[in-house]
Amino acid sequence: MEYKSNELLICIASRQMEDGTSAFIGTGIPMLAAALAKRMHAPNLIPLFEFGGVGGTLEVLPLGVGDSKTFYKAFAALGICDLMETAQRGLVDYGFLGGAQIDMYGNLNSTVIGPQQKPKVRLPGSGGANDIGSSCWKTIAVMQHTARRFVPAVDFVTTAGYLTGPGAREAAGLAPNSGPYRVVSNLALMGYDEETKRMKLLATNPGVTVQQVVENTGFELIIPEKVGINEPPTDKELTLLRNEIDPGRLYI
Amino acid sequence: MGEQESGLSKLLLSPDANDIREWLHKNKSMVLKDKVMSESEAVRTFIHEGCYVATELYGSVRAPMSLCREIVRQGFKDLSLAGQGVMETEHLISGGCVKRIELTYQGWEVYGISNVLRRAAEGGQVTISEWSNASLAWRLKAAAMGIPFIPTRSMLGTDTFKYSGAKTIVCPFTGQKLVALPASPVDVGVIHVHRADQYGNCQIDGITGFAWELARASKRLIISCEEIIPTDEIRKYPDRTIIPWFLVDAVVHAPFGSYPGEMCYYYERDKQHIKDYIDQTETEEGAQAYLQKWVTGPKSHAEFLELVGAEKMDGLRKAVLGR
Repeated sequence: MEYKSNELLICIASRQMEDGTSAFIGTGIPMLAAALAKRMHAPNLIPLFEFGGVGGTLEVLPLGVGDSKTFYKAFAALGICDLMETAQRGLVDYGFLGGAQIDMYGNLNSTVIGPQQKPKVRLPGSGGANDIGSSCWKTIAVMQHTARRFVPAVDFVTTAGYLTGPGAREAAGLAPNSGPYRVVSNLALMGYDEETKRMKLLATNPGVTVQQVVENTGFELIIPEKVGINEPPTDKELTLLRNEIDPGRLYI
Repeated sequence: MGEQESGLSKLLLSPDANDIREWLHKNKSMVLKDKVMSESEAVRTFIHEGCYVATELYGSVRAPMSLCREIVRQGFKDLSLAGQGVMETEHLISGGCVKRIELTYQGWEVYGISNVLRRAAEGGQVTISEWSNASLAWRLKAAAMGIPFIPTRSMLGTDTFKYSGAKTIVCPFTGQKLVALPASPVDVGVIHVHRADQYGNCQIDGITGFAWELARASKRLIISCEEIIPTDEIRKYPDRTIIPWFLVDAVVHAPFGSYPGEMCYYYERDKQHIKDYIDQTETEEGAQAYLQKWVTGPKSHAEFLELVGAEKMDGLRKAVLGR
């Protein structure tokens, strides 16, 4: 079946979700990706929403992280402190994040373009992103892939990635063995090099060349010898997305 | 580990726990009295120029919209705001009520960034310090605990910390670096709940956001509620009282008080109204026209609901997701 760019993004993000794990879900693509993962390979994925929803079925698509759909038929409807403390204790596996800018260490900006006190573009601010990036074991960023978004240095570090490189998270006081894990973009799937903590290409999306990814990345991306190719969305994924998950076409 | 680092922003509230104890001792009590009043009286009595206001939950979910509209109506010009909001805090900013924001998030989630915040921040009408969601909630928790700060690992190593008013500390037990979040004993908390009795005992359905923390961190607490219920009902389900009466200063009856946002199990959000509002806020004129029609136009919440119309409200009641 033919598919749109954001449908591909949702499917690739969905495939990163692991059955039997917990994940903080943000508004938009991560919500659709989690709803899809639960219907595909990860029925026991536990979606967590920062204002208190725990383990909802995602039968109806939420419009925000406090929406009643985030705790529809859920195991628990708690509060923000409880869930953020759960992550701080080390019980949350994954966190999904977005932002206007990301750098090669996975630091994210969702606060401001230009100086904080004299902004060129004022963005919404951290919200739960900083907490999720500080406390989840692994974070997955979902981004549109352009050189203006994949930048050498973010204007503002809203959410900690690997900060300035190996050892920097720990030196800042953050928990060992936590940090950025994947970046899902409309062009490719990226991970991080274990030694340098720099972003590296893992797989390109169907029809996208390595060269295109490089051209749309504003910093030096590590290109390993072997680069995979992501499978396009399957008919089953697309049918679920269009007919069950987002029939009202709020996002797709 | 090195020296202590300090966020650059000036705190808007003193976290001194002794001052708060003295204030609470003098001004609050467990005496049962009828606290039901109009939104106009509640806002006039407890909110004053220069004070720090915090709202809960946010924007399109169990938000105290009717009280925020009343704050705009009363023409405040110099409030400080805990910035965790969507439409309710946008109204306070558009209405010119706010000078300072301790911000975590002001945006529209699925619908994108806030035009209102953009104009206010880029035009320099408000000064903003940066915090994370959990940090703001934990600051309230510290105030609720009666302590001056609470340690966390959030914000470490980031510009969010740098532009906050927090400091780093070294843990006296482990030697590890932590962020010390200053307690946030807010002047006035504003919370919308499902049900309350005349004394202010409150029940909330669904997620509790940070209502527990804000209620206990507020020097003055204004509650609006969908229903006022008999105290016998409260006594039948004491385990449901998330906010007990002695925290509360005013109880305002506000059916559809979260409109155009949702109230779980009571009514669905009005998506079209919200969408039209966001389109209108693309220009300052549009934002002001909305305020004139929907906020300052009606003289009370009752008049506002007349403008919304019974048919609309019936539809949203029917559209609500069950259990």
